[in-house]
Amino acid sequence: MVDLLNALIVLLNYIFIPALSYGSQLALGALGVSFIYAILRFANFSHGDLMSFGAMMTILFTWLLQSYGISLGFLPTAILALPLAIIATILFSLITDRFVFRHYRTKKSTPVVLAMVSIGVMFVIQAIVRIIIGPDDRQFFDGQKFIMKAKQFKQITGLNEGLAIKSTQVITILVTIILVSLLFWFLQRTRTGKSMRAFSDNEDLALLSGINPDKVVFITWLIVGALATVAGTLYGLDKSFKPFTYLGLVLPIFASAIVGGIGSPIGAVVGGYVIAFSEIMVTYAYKKFFIYLLPKSLEPSGLVQLLSTDYKFAVSFSILVIVLLIRPSGIFKGRTL
Amino acid sequence: MNKTNRNEILAILIMVSLFLLVGFGQSWSLSLSILNMCIISAIMSMGINIQWGYAGIFNVGIMGFTALGGLAAVLVSYSPVGEAWRVGGIGMIISLFLLTLTIVAVFFINRIFRNHSYKYWIIGLTIIIGLILINLFFRPAVQAIENVNPAVTGFLGGLGLPIIFSWIVGGLFAAGVAFVIGKIALGLRSDYLAIATLGISEIIIAVLKHEDWLSRGVKNVIGLKRPVPYEIDLQKTDWFISLISYLNTSKLSRISDSIESEKLLNQLVIEGSSIFVKLSYMILFTIVLLFILYLSNKAQFSPWGRMMRAIRDNETSANAMGKNVVKRHLQVFVIGSAVVGIAGAMMITQNGLFTPSSFLPLRYTFLIWVMVIVGGSGNNLGSILGAFIVWFTWIEAAPVSQFLIELFTSGLEDNNNFKLHLIDSVPYFRYLIMGSVLLLILRYRPEGILPEKIRHS
Repeated sequence: MVDLLNALIVLLNYIFIPALSYGSQLALGALGVSFIYAILRFANFSHGDLMSFGAMMTILFTWLLQSYGISLGFLPTAILALPLAIIATILFSLITDRFVFRHYRTKKSTPVVLAMVSIGVMFVIQAIVRIIIGPDDRQFFDGQKFIMKAKQFKQITGLNEGLAIKSTQVITILVTIILVSLLFWFLQRTRTGKSMRAFSDNEDLALLSGINPDKVVFITWLIVGALATVAGTLYGLDKSFKPFTYLGLVLPIFASAIVGGIGSPIGAVVGGYVIAFSEIMVTYAYKKFFIYLLPKSLEPSGLVQLLSTDYKFAVSFSILVIVLLIRPSGIFKGRTL
Repeated sequence: MNKTNRNEILAILIMVSLFLLVGFGQSWSLSLSILNMCIISAIMSMGINIQWGYAGIFNVGIMGFTALGGLAAVLVSYSPVGEAWRVGGIGMIISLFLLTLTIVAVFFINRIFRNHSYKYWIIGLTIIIGLILINLFFRPAVQAIENVNPAVTGFLGGLGLPIIFSWIVGGLFAAGVAFVIGKIALGLRSDYLAIATLGISEIIIAVLKHEDWLSRGVKNVIGLKRPVPYEIDLQKTDWFISLISYLNTSKLSRISDSIESEKLLNQLVIEGSSIFVKLSYMILFTIVLLFILYLSNKAQFSPWGRMMRAIRDNETSANAMGKNVVKRHLQVFVIGSAVVGIAGAMMITQNGLFTPSSFLPLRYTFLIWVMVIVGGSGNNLGSILGAFIVWFTWIEAAPVSQFLIELFTSGLEDNNNFKLHLIDSVPYFRYLIMGSVLLLILRYRPEGILPEKIRHS
């Protein structure tokens, strides 16, 4: 019985909690990509770097607040800096839209051209981020690191295995829940949200019924900027902020959005968790888990790892391919043009 | 002389003058190494131009195909590691056989159970059984191979053939992988193909980094054989020394002291040998470049090229005219990727070493896209011009932006924090330049510097 509990704690500690927080970050990122895809109708390759821009803004504001001696006690100061960073990122994305994307929208360019344009934007954001904050690793987490330390857990329960809960993980999950519920409330219950859904479903019909496209686009960038900042900051808090990692996030984010059904908000959230859980479950070495469960004679000699962690991408990509082959519109019926 | 021809001649003149500028301004050796990389990039961007310019296929996996070409260079030229083959060769061959068997089985199941709803379950089960069987032989073989003298080899090695063959093999590797991706992702939406290729290129890099038995992984393969002579041998060869002294007769005769002139000759020979090697690479690369340029131009203006244009410009009507759009797309995707693979093999040949961790999407995928768009999609000469201009800017952006920053901040003191910060971030100004160039071209001249020529015949 104790062994079983120990085994469960191993799973909880190394798979469930990390996957839940990583999945939340992916879900927020995928929501951003999905929104752009549904309203502006292109695959935005610069989204990963918009996230890094948002995270950079949070870091800058955190430093500013810290220099004034403001902090949140046991919570990270970054939470206080987040609203300011969101405003800055929204402004930045509105400027990009005004000077870059709008032109192609009015010209009714094909989605591929817009995707190409987003690559140009990606280059520019990468340059801005690296010039302002540099390419190095930045730790900007302050406050209390753990809510529950592995040692404490062992003392309380008397089990062999510890369960460590980092405060960043709890913050990530809580913020995601709040943000996603707000978003769904907005989309389902408010007039503007409904007009956005209408615009995404059928642009011409929406225009005919008097929906102002400029307003819809404006609101989209507000939401996307906020989502990108929060996702980027949470990822940076959880791991650490390194500008180049955000380009690598583009692939799992797109995979999440497509697996869930691109253009469908609920799909993006589910897709994020599907990708995160499968990435971590497939690349985790289950040796410890089996040692607790199996009798001594059957103990595994290897790591019992399906794939090495280097193949994280391969996992999200394989899921993507499977979904594309079997159900191109994703789990929740997304847009198939 | 009509206007388009004038533009082309102007383009070639610009390219030549850029290199003369670096040659006289900085050094000929640098100029030639930039030129060689330009030629390789030009071949890559021609490959992408075949996909994008001819058929409108958006491929974001250039990095992967380049790396496959590089792998070909290693596998063709490195001498086989006999010990590794002895200990793990049989296991590897059995695993390869089982892998083929699994794939064939999946293929047939897919065909036989076409209309059954449980098809995917059977396929999944077959794959899992296949993987377990393969692992039975594969894991021990890998273990054995990687334990063979890990500091020097620890992999199977290659065939030990001249490296120049790898240019063809690299093309074939890339074509094979492109065929598989194309089968899956072409026919879906265009942005899905982009994401699929982005994913596959990351996976190819992950495999090369991780499968030590194949490519030595992050331990890198160094000392690949060259198709051209080594500098150190040249410096001892009589005909080369006499060539150098003949070329510099006037310079040498001006010095009367024999020891001094000996010294100068020695120095000239060392410089000359490096330039000679780069020149020989340049000649080889130029031959490939001209060959591919000739073929692609020929293809573009053939009935096949016209059909591609028709498909690109209006897929529906081309389909209605009886053209098999998916099949043509697959064909052009494979051809373009093969060209990129050739360029990848050439690049590794020139570098003489294979380092999987140096493959970054920004440098090997997105930069090539900037080249294609800047040069002019649909125009082969334009792609070459774009590659030359963009690669040249990429290399020379750092010194130029350093100079500009120092110029603009000359009013500030040397220890001013802002100035120091800007000087630290000089390497990143090239991203800014590339992004802005791409955005400006897309906005104000979407057809590129040299627009596509449509010949009505």
